[in-house]
This record gives sequence, structure tokens and C-alpha cells, in this order.
Amino acid sequence: MKKTYLLLLALLGFTVSSFAQGTPEIDTGATAWMITSTALVLLMVPGLAMFYGGLVRSKNVLGTMMHSFVAMGIMSILWIAVSYSMAFGESIFGGWFGWNSDYLFLRGIDESIMPSGVPELVFVMFQGKFAIITPALIAGAFAERVSFKGYVLFITIWGIFIYNPLCHWVWAEDGFLFNLGPMGAIDFAGGTVVHISAGVSGLVAAIYLGKRRGYPHRHSRPNNLVMTLMGAGLLWVGWFGFNAGSSVSSGLATAQALTATQVAAAAGAMSWIIIESLHHGKATALGFVSGVLAGLVAVTPAAGVVQPLGAISLGIIASMVCYGAVILKDKLGYDDSLDAFGIHGVGGIVGALLLSFFIRDSWMADAAIANGGTWGALQQLGIQATAVGIAIAYAAIGTIIIIFIVEKTVGLKAKTSDELDGLDHAYHGERGYGMLNPN
Amino acid sequence: MKLIVAIIRSNKLDQVRESLIEAGIERITVGRVSGHGRHIKEEVYRGKVIVPGLTPKIRIEIAVNEDFVETTVDAILNSARSADSADGIIGDGKIFITPLEECIRIRTGERGGEAI
Repeated sequence: MKKTYLLLLALLGFTVSSFAQGTPEIDTGATAWMITSTALVLLMVPGLAMFYGGLVRSKNVLGTMMHSFVAMGIMSILWIAVSYSMAFGESIFGGWFGWNSDYLFLRGIDESIMPSGVPELVFVMFQGKFAIITPALIAGAFAERVSFKGYVLFITIWGIFIYNPLCHWVWAEDGFLFNLGPMGAIDFAGGTVVHISAGVSGLVAAIYLGKRRGYPHRHSRPNNLVMTLMGAGLLWVGWFGFNAGSSVSSGLATAQALTATQVAAAAGAMSWIIIESLHHGKATALGFVSGVLAGLVAVTPAAGVVQPLGAISLGIIASMVCYGAVILKDKLGYDDSLDAFGIHGVGGIVGALLLSFFIRDSWMADAAIANGGTWGALQQLGIQATAVGIAIAYAAIGTIIIIFIVEKTVGLKAKTSDELDGLDHAYHGERGYGMLNPN
Repeated sequence: MKLIVAIIRSNKLDQVRESLIEAGIERITVGRVSGHGRHIKEEVYRGKVIVPGLTPKIRIEIAVNEDFVETTVDAILNSARSADSADGIIGDGKIFITPLEECIRIRTGERGGEAI
């Protein structure tokens, strides 16, 4: 039983300080890998900036990249100020979020070493990177038409009241989704916390803000797909920190997550271009990287529990469903500009639900013991569906409230004249390029 | 035949295109150019306000038959002039009209007004 519980903790990438007996020794191997992972996840943010930046029109390239960069500023400060406490402190307000006054500005954990042998500051920094990239992902849904001030206020409130509670529910040891069922709702590296929450919030915000001027009659051509491809490359590389770092160790679980991540991305990419070739006769570069992202997103919740064949299956299914979602978007006519929902929301939902059918046998055996008898894939699917449903509902309702607040204060939607001028000139006074294509 | 060349603000391109299409003018060539007239445009780089020597503008070239000259000019005037004041604002741009000697469609070799 104890072994099961420890395994569960290792799988979900979290360790509990109350189990510590005395001060643990620093595990230099695990610490070195966690610091590397922290850097890798941070690398995903400029990667995302390049990915999104290349997809918009040239008049919006800096504004769009700033959506990612400014998140690095805001979320880093918030994270050490209150967010780490809200995410990983003890449950308060019936478990809405956590609180621990030692964590405020990290005052009380200067010398704290976690039972896994990793200094707590490293864990704080690692988790903080997730809090940066999640709101930055949302920006893809309402690219090219949001005011900078409005965006800054939006992600500040969103980070505090949507991200932190979700993170607490799923990853804190007293979070209620962490304790759902015999072995908890499985979210290894952020399928629900990061991708579903960002995708759903983006969809809600995109629908509220309405379409860009001219959409969909006038196609907005990407200004620089080369940059988008480089950004996607950085995301893939950084994702090793995102997934393999989420084991908060440097061992077997790390290796399993690493392998699953690589093959899911490859399977997603290949299936996207195959579908595209059958549909339109051409395998596009943007299609390839969209498939990479779909595969990576889908394997994010699953990386700790699936074997390579399961990861490949998730990558293929995610690409198929996301491809359909992107086409459905055009039919429905809402303007999720860079498919934040179509890839991250949909891919996250696919991964979080369908992982139930690809869990490795040893995990299911442990779950059966923890359940006192049997545990089946469909039962786990029920747990996953509950977690996904709660994440969708909370993100959607919370986002509506936040949009209302932002609209009443600084305003979220860009003025029409600012949208025509482009975000770069209107909000930053600069231009991204010299003499490139006139749109 | 005339060649109409319009230099406009870059942020007015969308409106000018919409206005031209509405007026039935759908064959245009667009380029990004820079230059200077009386307009001074400020940009901000690393906290410093900078006035670049040349201001970015959009140049639209439209070849039309005589009947369409006024339609085209009206469509550009109505859409490219800044709405902030009735007289527009310095920097709204200029329209040049020159005689066009010949026009040849490469695909068929047609010449003259037919080819426009």
C-alpha cells in the first residue's frame, strides 16, 4: 500500500513534505535534471511566441509575440508572490485553492529540500514555468484583435483565479481531483490544468471578442511560416522538460515520459500530413507542426502512464480529431485565430480521456489493489471525464466573469482603428519588419 | 487608358481595397514603399522616440480605361482620407494619374482597353 502510494506520488510528479524524516540529502542527479527541465519549459515560451508570431499578419507580429513575453514577466512575479501558495499550499475555502503563508514570496522555503532530494526552490521555478505558458497559449485564440492593457489584466486575473485553483485540484496532494478514484485523475504534465483550461478559455474569449475585421472572407496569410516552424521546433524540444520533468525525479518514470513524448509528437505529425495529403493532395509545413503540437498536447496528461504504442495511438487519434476540429471551426464560423482551442483544447480533451485505454498494466494492477479488487479502463475513463468536465466548466465560467471585469475596466477588445493599424503600431509604437509583404 | 498610382497610409489598405472592389475595380497591384512628403511619423524604440527618415507607405497601381478614372479616384478618396477631420490629416497620401500607352495581356497577347 505504501509502495503504491509512493508510486502514485512519483507518477503524478509531486511529493509531500510531511513524509520527510529529517532533512533529506540533495539528490544531485534529480536536481540537475529538474533545473534543466525548468530551462527547457521556459524555452517553450519564446518558442510559442515564434510559433504564434509567424502565423499572424506582419502588422501584428510584435504584439502577438509580446503576448507570450509579457506572460513571462507577469506570471513569474505572481508565482513567487502568491500563486505557488495558492497552488501548492493546504486547501482552504473547501479546497477552492491552497494557502500557506510560508510560501508568500517563498520566504519560508529558502533552505527547504523536498523528499525527492530536490530543493523546493527548483520545484517552485519548474512549476512556475507552467503558469507562464498556460495564459500565453490562450492568446492564440484571440490574436490580432485584443488590446495590450486588456490582455495584461486578463491574464493576471486568469492566472490567479483559474490556473492556481485548477493546479491545486489536480496536482496538490490535498486537491480533490488528485484524490478522485483509487489512484486519482491522471494528469501527468498538464492536460487539464494547462491545455484544456487554456483552450476552453481561449474559445470563450474568442467568441466573446468576435471575429477579426474581414474574417473569414479575407484570408489572413501567415507573415512568416519559417519562424512558425522554428517556434514549433523549440516547443518540441522544450516539451521534454514539460513532460519528462514532471516526474520530479531522474529515473525510470522520466525515461518513460521522455519516450512517450517523442513518439506521440512524431505520430501526430505524420498522421496530420497523411490526412492532409488525402484531403488536399499536399503535405503542408504548417500541417506537420500542427500535428506535432496535437500529438504533444495529447500525450501531456498521459506521458506517465502509457507505453510507446499507446503514445503513438494517442498522437494519431489527436491529429485526426484536431484536424476535424479545425475544419469544423470554419463551418461554425467562430474566429479562434491560431486554433488555441482546436489544438490545445481538443487535443487535451482527447489525451485526458482516451489515455484510460492505454495505461500500462502495472499501473492498472496497482489501481486494482488500491481499489481493493478490480479497476478497469472504463472506470478510469469515468474519473478522467469528471476531471475534464470540471476543468472545462470552471475555465469557461471563470473566463466569462473575467472578461466582464476586464471589459468594465480597461477593455479587452482592440478599438477598430487599433486593429487596422496593427497591434505593433497601436500598442507598442514599433514595427517588426522593414520592407516585407504589405499585409 | 490611364495608370493611377496611389500612395496611401499602410493602415488604410484594407478599406481602400474594400472600397475599390465595391466600385467594381478588382485588378490592382500593391507594394510596400517608403518615402517622405510632409508627413512625420514617430516610432518608439527602447524608450526613445524616433522619427525615421522615410515613412512606410503603401503604393497601389491601377490601370483603367478612361470611363473608370473618376470612379477609381472617388473610391480611393473616400476610403483613404483620415476620418478624424473633414479635411483629412497630413500623411493621407497622394494620387498620381498618368497616360498609359499600351496594355498587353501576356496570356493571350491581347492589346489595349480589352486587356485591362
